[in-house]
Amino acid sequence: MADADEGVKPANGKPETKLLDELENGPWPSFVTEIKSASGATGSAEDLLGQLELSYEDKVSHWKHGGLVGVLGYGGGVIGRYSDVGEQFPKVAHFHTLRVNQPAGWFYTSEALRTISDIWERHGSGLTNMHGSTGDIILLGTTTDHLEATFQELTHAGFDLGGSGSAVRTPSCCVGMARCEWACFDAMKLCYDLTMAYQDELHRPALPYKFKIKCAACPNDCVAAIARADLSVIGTWKDDIRIDQTEVANYAAAGIDIQKDICANCPTKCMDWDGKELSIKNRDCVRCMHCINAMPKALRPGVEKGAVILIGAKAPILQGALLSSVLIPFVAADELLDTLKELIQRIWDFWDEYGTNRERIGELIQRVGLAAFLDGIGLDPVPEMISAPRDNPYIYYQPAKEDEA
Amino acid sequence: MTTTPLEPRLTDVGPPRYDKFLPPIVLKNYGAWKYHETLAPGVLCHVAESGDRLYTVRAGTPRLLSIQTLRKYADLADKYCGGYLRFTSRNNVEFLLVDPALIEPLKQELAALGIPVGGTNNAISNIVHTQGWVHCHAAATDASGLVKSMMDTLIDHFTHEDLPAKLRIAVACCLNMCGAVHCSDIAILGVHRRPPKVQSELLSKACEVPTLVASCPTGAIRPVPGVGGKQSVEVLEEECMYCGNCFSVCPAMRMADAENDGLSIWVGGKVSNARSAPRFSRLAIPFLPNNPPRWPEVVEAVVKIVDVYRGEARKYERVGEWIDRIGWPRFFELTGFEFTRYHIDDFKHAGMSFARSTHIRY
Repeated sequence: MADADEGVKPANGKPETKLLDELENGPWPSFVTEIKSASGATGSAEDLLGQLELSYEDKVSHWKHGGLVGVLGYGGGVIGRYSDVGEQFPKVAHFHTLRVNQPAGWFYTSEALRTISDIWERHGSGLTNMHGSTGDIILLGTTTDHLEATFQELTHAGFDLGGSGSAVRTPSCCVGMARCEWACFDAMKLCYDLTMAYQDELHRPALPYKFKIKCAACPNDCVAAIARADLSVIGTWKDDIRIDQTEVANYAAAGIDIQKDICANCPTKCMDWDGKELSIKNRDCVRCMHCINAMPKALRPGVEKGAVILIGAKAPILQGALLSSVLIPFVAADELLDTLKELIQRIWDFWDEYGTNRERIGELIQRVGLAAFLDGIGLDPVPEMISAPRDNPYIYYQPAKEDEA
Repeated sequence: MTTTPLEPRLTDVGPPRYDKFLPPIVLKNYGAWKYHETLAPGVLCHVAESGDRLYTVRAGTPRLLSIQTLRKYADLADKYCGGYLRFTSRNNVEFLLVDPALIEPLKQELAALGIPVGGTNNAISNIVHTQGWVHCHAAATDASGLVKSMMDTLIDHFTHEDLPAKLRIAVACCLNMCGAVHCSDIAILGVHRRPPKVQSELLSKACEVPTLVASCPTGAIRPVPGVGGKQSVEVLEEECMYCGNCFSVCPAMRMADAENDGLSIWVGGKVSNARSAPRFSRLAIPFLPNNPPRWPEVVEAVVKIVDVYRGEARKYERVGEWIDRIGWPRFFELTGFEFTRYHIDDFKHAGMSFARSTHIRY
């Protein structure tokens, strides 16, 4: 059977992987070792390694464009993937990936991890990503005939697919109140509640393009909500930073230079240290977190907690990268879910009406203008939405509307 | 009644409830944590209002994990953590302990398994990255190999908190940036440098021409009659900046080019609001060659940035804040990176990045 011309497959049947073998050396855990150790029903890890070695030689990807594969009743959650060297590596000729909605905050029990592992051993390559960039558990590589069985075993184990395509993408959140003293709202619960509220929109793409939601419970933004989510919910507080002066003194005694390290790094210079007491002019504080990060035992966010709602972040494609910008400067923690659901509906209505195919909400706002977007969703403009008022006089005055008023 | 365990067919069950996998100490102290301390690099202690203490041991992973390794993590969680663990937004795994006496034995077992502990505070945390040649059709480079090569060299900055501030590195294999590298202290971005090669035969079968034309940010794609009167497109090559979005919507616009694809390096972005506002990374090196399996040119450039930053930045200064203080000319001088015409923006709003003052450091 084996043709000597194949060359890449020696007597033991395993592809030679000289370039990748080099990446098993060195102190950082090796993904090559992971691929080599993976066992799964489809037995595809070995051919994956062989194809990857070929890419390392050729310096191009050997994956073809995705195809339409999925499970009955869902329009996403499975990424179709086909090899362009499938004859050489038949076990990855079809190598589809499932996105599985991660548990909030990426918490697991050992039992849950084993359940997922066992399902993926029965039905796939035995390779995963923990986790994908949006936050999903990624089950990497299987064939079409395994998709439905994998899906059913997942749902019976209490897991479900994540989003792909022009849909709500799997919402994600930071560790929040589960293990962080800085959490200004219950990010894990909010993320879960939103995910459950939008199961249909998550599984059945019906939007102009992808819509990502991320919940970060404080301005440190451990899930990069401001850079990566169309809708960014970032925790903050309204009242005064809580100070424990004894602990401030302890930090000073332990070597922190309160004036230089803390006060001088404050972006609004709202802090003073007289050698004994730290005072904060909270009226000027922008809740940046620097002083709290530096002295977590001495300083804490206030108690009137909630979040800033921001909109529009995305990566460069198509019209350039955007960071999210402020839409609502503060929503109290206990009003977040209801406020967001109402707001999201108004945003989607506007997007449905005016968005073009594959136009992210941030790009639509750039195209029509933030003011027109605010009109469209029924929000009044407030100065917190901008870094500065316009510096050009090209104003679209609206005399007709003003006369009406 | 059916005997098959998979009846009824379940859909839209959603993820596990948010509190389903939380350890008892977390359920008890949920929302009532008071402060935390760092006991050692990679080892945190969170103290609750109740006085309870939760210990976290953070370890690096390659993100691409076999189920065998996941089971290994599960075994460790059973042995040391009552069966509880979590992952972080930067692909680290965190073991959650209530008994501090188990921290050292866990660390020793992790060390024996070759799993590094660290990534906290003023350290380099794990590198966020994309699929690369492992699983993506659009990738201009591999991601896992780049990350492995960099972390092998930078690992001491993962296991030690020896930098002025936290340092966040990310890799994306193309401009789609599913790794959202655009707000990282150091970003490595795979780039194409040649226009797509139009495959007319495939195009007429597989692509919608209007969608394809609309996919181009610079309007460089025009419909033309193809072979046999079928629809095709042409690319105005001087207007193409190789973003690859046309390939995303149409497989007949092949971008991959072994000779000309490679890497660019960007610096100074951040997402945290601490001190300065979140911001994008800026171009440091427009092109380095794709050189698997170890990408020595990329590793060398990243190490250079880390070394210079470590030597020059003040305590708490992120890379971007450090460059704010010293200025870009000094950044290029200190790193020895060449400043080229490619560093000057020429896309929309480019003028915003021109120097519009006489604030010049001599």
